[in-house]
Amino acid sequence: MADDELIYGHRMSEWTGMGPIMEEDIAYSSMAQDKIGHALANYSILEKEFQTANPDKLAFFRKENEMMNCQLVELSNHEYDFSLVRHFLFDHADFIRYEMLSTSSFAPLAQLSKKIKGELKYHVLHADTWLTRLGNATDESHVRMQSALNELWNYALGIFEPSDFEAQLIAEKIFDGEKVLQQKWIEKISPIIEKANLKIPTSSSPVYGGRKGYHTDQLQPLLTEMAEVISSEAEGTEW
Amino acid sequence: MYGGGYIQEEKQEATSQIDDAQKLAEFEARIDRGEKIEPHDWMPADYRKQLIRMIEQHAHSEVIGALPEGTWITRAPGFRRKLALIAKVQDEIGHAHLLYSAAETLGKSREQMINDLLTGKSKYSNVFNYPAKTWADVTVIGFLIDAGAIVNQVANSKGSYGPYCRALERICYEESFHLKQGHDAFITLATGTKAQHDMLQDALNRWWKPIMHFHGPPDKISEHTAKLMRWKVKMATNDDMRNQFLDMYVPKILEIGITIPDPNLKKNEATGQWEFSDPDWDEFKRVINGDGPCNAERLAVRQYVEEHGKWVRTAMMNPNQKVVIPFA
Repeated sequence: MADDELIYGHRMSEWTGMGPIMEEDIAYSSMAQDKIGHALANYSILEKEFQTANPDKLAFFRKENEMMNCQLVELSNHEYDFSLVRHFLFDHADFIRYEMLSTSSFAPLAQLSKKIKGELKYHVLHADTWLTRLGNATDESHVRMQSALNELWNYALGIFEPSDFEAQLIAEKIFDGEKVLQQKWIEKISPIIEKANLKIPTSSSPVYGGRKGYHTDQLQPLLTEMAEVISSEAEGTEW
Repeated sequence: MYGGGYIQEEKQEATSQIDDAQKLAEFEARIDRGEKIEPHDWMPADYRKQLIRMIEQHAHSEVIGALPEGTWITRAPGFRRKLALIAKVQDEIGHAHLLYSAAETLGKSREQMINDLLTGKSKYSNVFNYPAKTWADVTVIGFLIDAGAIVNQVANSKGSYGPYCRALERICYEESFHLKQGHDAFITLATGTKAQHDMLQDALNRWWKPIMHFHGPPDKISEHTAKLMRWKVKMATNDDMRNQFLDMYVPKILEIGITIPDPNLKKNEATGQWEFSDPDWDEFKRVINGDGPCNAERLAVRQYVEEHGKWVRTAMMNPNQKVVIPFA
């Protein structure tokens, strides 16, 4: 979850100064801050509860095959259509995930999730507003939305790749599992997609691998860029 | 940031129009009494024109200024710096948003202003035509360029045009946080490893000239601004602002072991004025007229953004537009 937020926050932050209108520029920067903040909060739980390395080390010094984010979030931004549809697909799943986790038996995560879902509510609202407007506007905007949806759909299904510990998480009431999450997600997004005058692609084959450290060729350049400054000095150096 | 320490001046003759003498006298009396002028109040044509030009250039400076720093967001070292930098650059775009709105109250639309930026008709602060080559450049910008802008903006927030003053008050409030994070990052590098210290020194060496240019040419060669000062469009002269900046920040740079690349820089205690080498005003003019290291790149990025975002704006403004298929 932390890796998802970190990598996705990185992609969103790339819109700073580059948005199609100034209001969107500001919106994406704002959401990027939230995502990166969520990554930090999740890494901090790992450090505090499981004595892992500190958040900076976890985020900036791991290898590509140690990153567990889904591939959807690592894909380059492309144009605004691609970024918006990804934002819609990912944030709905993210919101539901944190909503489910807000009743987790693992107290630190439950507590954090309650806070995060309050922020994600606005991310989802933002995505829904833009998707329905652009899906219903000009021929060009409609076609762009549908093409992006077609292109991203299988990657979005990859969000729900089960982890090796799925059964244990469910048994210990930590998390109800990816299958339940995916079901809730489909139920939530289907009417909105319909309202946007778009169609869910009929054939689907989820892009799995991300949760096990397999990635597209678009992740490594991102990681290299992210670590460019911090890795120019010994680990632990103050910046 | 970034609020163009120096605003490009236009020849007064070219813009002067004859105003009703009685109304003008009433207007000037209001300004003398310290009253704010509001959008629907009568104002001289020149006052309107100069304000639009000034606020617009300020807004453009925020938009363009987001580029050299924005490119370091993805490379910022560690969570703390990364989060602070995104928040800061976001603020700058927010300032542009606020300023375009303030300028719109005077009758020029945001679209027109952005078009004028893209065609090179409107200017922005000259410092952003220089590159941010390393992380240390970001700290120099965040500390010293923001500091220079605050000097200018605090002065102008006491000006006469209500919407601009209110925007500036809010902007200054946010800028003071930018300055703190810039100063903190600056100190961290200055007192860090040798490589960090050297990187900072190198950045300051490269940025010193643009910093000295920031508040504009010396009063003796800058164009006549008496009317703008009388109307409280401009609240302090270039030399005054530069002097105030040097007073406040030179000691802060020197106290942490960073040197300033000008052997002639010193304060004349008798006059209270700083003395310094000629910062090459010819270069300043060359850069402002388009021949700087990054002028073309900055505008090219904005043109790219404009072009690639066009379909979104069309969809929002004319949602019913259909594709017309040509017959042949």
